Amino acid sequence: MLGKTANGLYWMFRYLERAENNARLIETGQRIALTRSGAPTDEWTPVMKTTGTDLSYAQKYDTVTKESAIDWMLRDPENPSSVRSSIEAARQNARMVRTAVTAEVWGAMNGCYIDVKSALARRVNERDLPNVLGLIRQRTALVRGATHGTMLRNDSYDFARIGTFLERADNTARILDTKYYVLLPTSASVGSHLDNIQWETILRSVSGAAGFRKAYGQKVKPSEIVDFLVLDKRMPRSLNFCCQKIRDNLGYLASEYGQRLEAHQMADDMCRRFMSHDVEAIFDYGLHEYIQDVVAALNALGHQIERDYRFFA
Amino acid sequence: MILSISHATRYKFDAPVSYGLQQLRQTPKSYRAQSVLTWTTRLTGAKKQLEFDDYHRNRVELISLNDGVEELVIESEGRVEMADTHGIVGPHAGPAPLWLFARATPLTQSGRGTRSIVSQISNGEPLDRLHALSALIKDQIAYEVGASESHWTAEEAVAAAKGVCQDHTHVFITCARIMGFPARYSSGFLLLDDREEQEATHAWAEAYVDGLGWVGFDVSNGISPDERYVRVATGLDYSDAAPIRGVRMGNAEESLSVAVKVAQQ
Amino acid sequence: MSEGRFFDEMWAQEDAARPPYNSFYSWITHEDPARLRAKQREAEEVFRLTGITFNVYGRKEAEERLIPFDIVPRIISGREWQKLSRGIEQRVIAINAFLHDIYHRQEILKAGRVPVEMIAGNEALLPQMMGVMPPGGVYTHIVGIDLVRTGEDEFFVLEDNARTPSGVSYMLENRETMLSMFPELFAQEKVRNVSNYPLLLQKSLAESAPSGIPGDPTVALLTPGIYNSAYFEHSFLANNMGVELVEGHDLRVVDGRLCMRTTQGYDPIDVLYRRVDDEFLDPLNFKPESTLGVPGLFDVYRSGAVTLANAPGTGIADDKAIYSYMPDIVEFYTGEKAILQNVPTWRCSDPDSLKYVLDNLAELVVKEVHGSGGYGMLVGPAASKKDVEAFRKKLKARPANYIAQPTLALSTVPIFTKSGLAPRHVDLRPFVLMSPEGIRITPGGLTRVAMKKGSLVVNSSQGGGTKDTWVLDD
Repeated sequence: MLGKTANGLYWMFRYLERAENNARLIETGQRIALTRSGAPTDEWTPVMKTTGTDLSYAQKYDTVTKESAIDWMLRDPENPSSVRSSIEAARQNARMVRTAVTAEVWGAMNGCYIDVKSALARRVNERDLPNVLGLIRQRTALVRGATHGTMLRNDSYDFARIGTFLERADNTARILDTKYYVLLPTSASVGSHLDNIQWETILRSVSGAAGFRKAYGQKVKPSEIVDFLVLDKRMPRSLNFCCQKIRDNLGYLASEYGQRLEAHQMADDMCRRFMSHDVEAIFDYGLHEYIQDVVAALNALGHQIERDYRFFA
Repeated sequence: MILSISHATRYKFDAPVSYGLQQLRQTPKSYRAQSVLTWTTRLTGAKKQLEFDDYHRNRVELISLNDGVEELVIESEGRVEMADTHGIVGPHAGPAPLWLFARATPLTQSGRGTRSIVSQISNGEPLDRLHALSALIKDQIAYEVGASESHWTAEEAVAAAKGVCQDHTHVFITCARIMGFPARYSSGFLLLDDREEQEATHAWAEAYVDGLGWVGFDVSNGISPDERYVRVATGLDYSDAAPIRGVRMGNAEESLSVAVKVAQQ
Repeated sequence: MSEGRFFDEMWAQEDAARPPYNSFYSWITHEDPARLRAKQREAEEVFRLTGITFNVYGRKEAEERLIPFDIVPRIISGREWQKLSRGIEQRVIAINAFLHDIYHRQEILKAGRVPVEMIAGNEALLPQMMGVMPPGGVYTHIVGIDLVRTGEDEFFVLEDNARTPSGVSYMLENRETMLSMFPELFAQEKVRNVSNYPLLLQKSLAESAPSGIPGDPTVALLTPGIYNSAYFEHSFLANNMGVELVEGHDLRVVDGRLCMRTTQGYDPIDVLYRRVDDEFLDPLNFKPESTLGVPGLFDVYRSGAVTLANAPGTGIADDKAIYSYMPDIVEFYTGEKAILQNVPTWRCSDPDSLKYVLDNLAELVVKEVHGSGGYGMLVGPAASKKDVEAFRKKLKARPANYIAQPTLALSTVPIFTKSGLAPRHVDLRPFVLMSPEGIRITPGGLTRVAMKKGSLVVNSSQGGGTKDTWVLDD
């Protein structure tokens, strides 16, 4: 396989995952805004901070309004992480790697692009927002489904999966990092339950509210949320789950190619260093510092994979 | 006469270079007036990829820079046996048809300057006219080391009224083509009478005269090449016959030094 | 339905469809137009979802557009095709012999059949190819010959495409679409197969590999990238041949060979089907500013370690100024009269011809010698007075840059419109594969159709559409 193709598959699925994550963040923000009681607070800046685009938003707009924040995150071409930009980038990469994906995957990706593009051609008003977000989720899910159902389990699939899980881990880490202060045991009074809105924001951002309740019950403790999002191997968006998947897929590559590289060592190290603790140890180390370290390790691993598999000359 | 030649080209890069290719045209030709007895090339910081003879029958070597290289050295040396043919190279040979040498190239586009030079050449025998052309160019374009830029065209050299052997040669080729002679660029080594060390490789022109074949004209020295002139590469202009040309990745600045030694054995 | 002076391939006879269309005609007259309209929409939807698009140049953002597809096939009888394909084969052999001659001994120039000036001053000549023997002696591995028809037995070659002809993917997709929409048609008619083209292309390219390759040759397709107008075709062909689709930055010279960067290192390529123009192929040897090519590619080619398809420098054979000499060229190399006729052509470099052309500009088609894709041409009868006068200026400024031809009465074939069948002008581009083992011509080719009533311009960049092309086994 060409290094460029590995790169294209990796980024196609990273962008697809990013589009989905950002759609989910918008949905959560919207939901919080609707259910909030009391004085209006700025829910949107933290959301944009999570996507890493709050500063570029501020360059374009003077104030944060719901309408402009949603538009920015959903369809602004100047925002490289907006849902529209991400879908476009995913599809550009898919065009580049058409020979490496099945006709079904390409068809689903192109259909996703065509439909999302037309749904986002104009500003989306609040009334239509749920439908539009639903469409985005559905169309990206179709690409994922076609990928699972039709792609050979070979290097193409592995690079696609590695892209997916690196992006997902990064997204979960960012959500945790924007909200880490509400999860610290020292914030508010120790042992108290979290503000409903705060924890719901977090759990909804990762589609994990119902799952969490099943696993941990109705009472929400900050340490349990951290456990759920960082260490819980059952949770498909937890850092631990993502790290294992990255390591597994790198492992398949190593056996297909008959060669273990630097990235394999790094992935092993990452799993061992970050995922073999209990949640108390994380708090002892410092949640923020821990998350920062994980993000840095994920970045470094991403770069190493690019080098090891010759994404670029 | 046997000449021994050594030619070293040294590039220094101010940052490591990850990838680059250089095309070398540095091996003397063998033909009736010269035969190469020995010739070897040594590379430091680079690796030979391939070689072939181009459409001017120049030997071309393609080399690639080693990853992370900061210095590239190309050293060639050898011995060449020379015969004096009084500037006459001989009949046309090789894959390029003679009419190709009437073709203007970007470096040898005719213009006001070159046409004005041609207009000062009076009628007469072809060989006399070409000698007159050579003398006129030497007269009108002062030889001055470092005077010109390496990408100067013939017209630019005429306008500046100064240049080096490359410019003299381009102006001669351009004018000769206007006058109806197929003409070409020739680069190579020159044995100087007073010293072994040279500034660089030399360049001169060749024009095709019916009945005689290709005849050489060294405008800068005002003579026709003799047994001291070792022909290396020929072409429609400098870019066909350049001793070295290349591409590199990255933004490293380079500094270049060339050392040429020619001695009679 | 036939419009007076134009030969309609379905309606040329008074009372019945022309024989090749008999059975199709009886089928379509019994079909419900509403169903056909639905099928037409369905076809467009398939094309849109599959991404069978081309990019339009000259806009800020590369725009992907669909090429209109018409469901009425263009039908050629087996007998008609036999004659055409003999003519095409003869022409391709001559083109290849001409290229070999021009880049070696130039016998045709010495014989005075083509003037030296036509070659010596021609920008399409690639001097670096002088004396170079391509592996297996083949210059034009893929050729497209553009044909037009003006009557029952009158076919003309409009132009030869010996560089990087495109359009074959539309030919293939058109057939796939027809097969899936109207399987019943193919049950009642014996239509010759075209869908093995990618396999034959792969085979033909592999046969053209440099000699002495151990094992099966590795073929790759070089594309300028996803913004190129024909990118869909490049990925389509690579996919269907089962070869890698590479860009310049994927390639590098390693150990004297052309290699592609894979996830596990550099792998050698033996045959490069390049869809990048000569001048952009290699920044070391040609245009230094090109970012589409591979430095040193031409050196590898020169040293004999890779096959380029087509060979560099083939443009000298399909240059529009050379076109007018094609009857002589065919005769010179094959010893036979050309089977396919040339359109009479005035070379504007010749003063008498120029005068004639200027005097009759409004009746003529004038083309740029080096142009393609229908850009920079004048169709006199269709142009406004203002356009004609503007073109007159350009023509006077650089006459050698133009040739002129009479406006041909291109044949028509009906298309399916809202109000039923309506005749539209068509041309035909058959595709020819050549390897040291022989010549393969795909039966039919790409029929391009001017979708606008009365229009003679069939180029997709100018709003033309395409049709499935049937060669019957009769």
